[in-house]
Amino acid sequence: MKLFLTFFKIGAFTFGGGYAMIPLIQRETVETRKWISDEDILEIVAIAESTPGPIAINSATFVGYKVAGVLGAACATFGTVLPAFVIIMIISSILREFGDIKAVQYAFDGIRAGVLALLVKAWWNMYKKSPKDSISYAIAILSFVAVCVFDINVLYVIIVCAITGLCSSLIKGKGRKESESK
Amino acid sequence: MTIYLIIFLTFFKIGLFTFGGGYAMLPLIQEEVLTRGWVENADLINFIAVSESTPGPFAINMATYIGNTMGGFLGALSATLGVVTPSFVVILFVANVFEKFKTNKIVSGCMTGLKPAVIGLIGAAVISVAETVFVAGKEYGAIFADARFYISAAIFAVMTVLAFKKVHPIVIIIISAVIGIVSGYLI
Repeated sequence: MKLFLTFFKIGAFTFGGGYAMIPLIQRETVETRKWISDEDILEIVAIAESTPGPIAINSATFVGYKVAGVLGAACATFGTVLPAFVIIMIISSILREFGDIKAVQYAFDGIRAGVLALLVKAWWNMYKKSPKDSISYAIAILSFVAVCVFDINVLYVIIVCAITGLCSSLIKGKGRKESESK
Repeated sequence: MTIYLIIFLTFFKIGLFTFGGGYAMLPLIQEEVLTRGWVENADLINFIAVSESTPGPFAINMATYIGNTMGGFLGALSATLGVVTPSFVVILFVANVFEKFKTNKIVSGCMTGLKPAVIGLIGAAVISVAETVFVAGKEYGAIFADARFYISAAIFAVMTVLAFKKVHPIVIIIISAVIGIVSGYLI
């Protein structure tokens, strides 16, 4: 129950993507509740990044599980999802009601250009944090071209890139002992 | 029943193939949802703005919105459950083998390929959004004859500067909306 309420609060006050949630999770679960430690947070972020699914949900599930097992994970995830779900249900029905008004359409004409600016900024932030070696550049450019020019399905691109990354790092690490490959 | 199952499975797939936070999901949503004709790109972009100005993770906001558009409350429920389930199951599994997972060469190897891929894919998503904003299905000659093209270009230029000056997304959305309304009535 406490898990649910804590993550409800986190979900209700997170604006934007999953990374915006990390400082809130840290404050609520480390400083206020003392459920986990600061090092745990770092590990959770690392795990959330390298597993499928939105970072917000991954982190909530992981913290919930660490604190109170499977049921805890379910409570934390449910708590994170619920505020967004309710708010969006209300907003989309409002939008449907007022979507035909001229002023609303004009507003969204402007907003779409603004969103494009936000996306460019978000992309730039991700680019700055990404590794800057030749293989990474090649993968980024090729996946861009594959989708943008050749219209190849995003799912295939993701699968091929994962395999490429795996092969290239296995070749690089060939000399080293793979004691933990299992 | 079947429509809910299709919504669930589609978002399950989206959740399963999303790596990283925030907009990493956008290319997948475009791929799966636009090609099915569930929503239009312009509506999707409108909704990115809504998602930025409401609380909650982007992924959940998107799933709820698209699910609701497709099949009301149950549709929204199916989509949200679909997008959450892969994370939930994978994390429960990983939490048990945490120490091994952290140093696993296969996982870290895949990630060296996935991280740059997401950069490229979001780049492609940005291009498709730009196409909707500036071209919007018009013929080549007609694009530059439309006054709205120049307004959109001006909004985009100014907002990009503001975004890089770390102005809050909600402020950017509000300013864009006001310019959109004013210029819409003036033209």
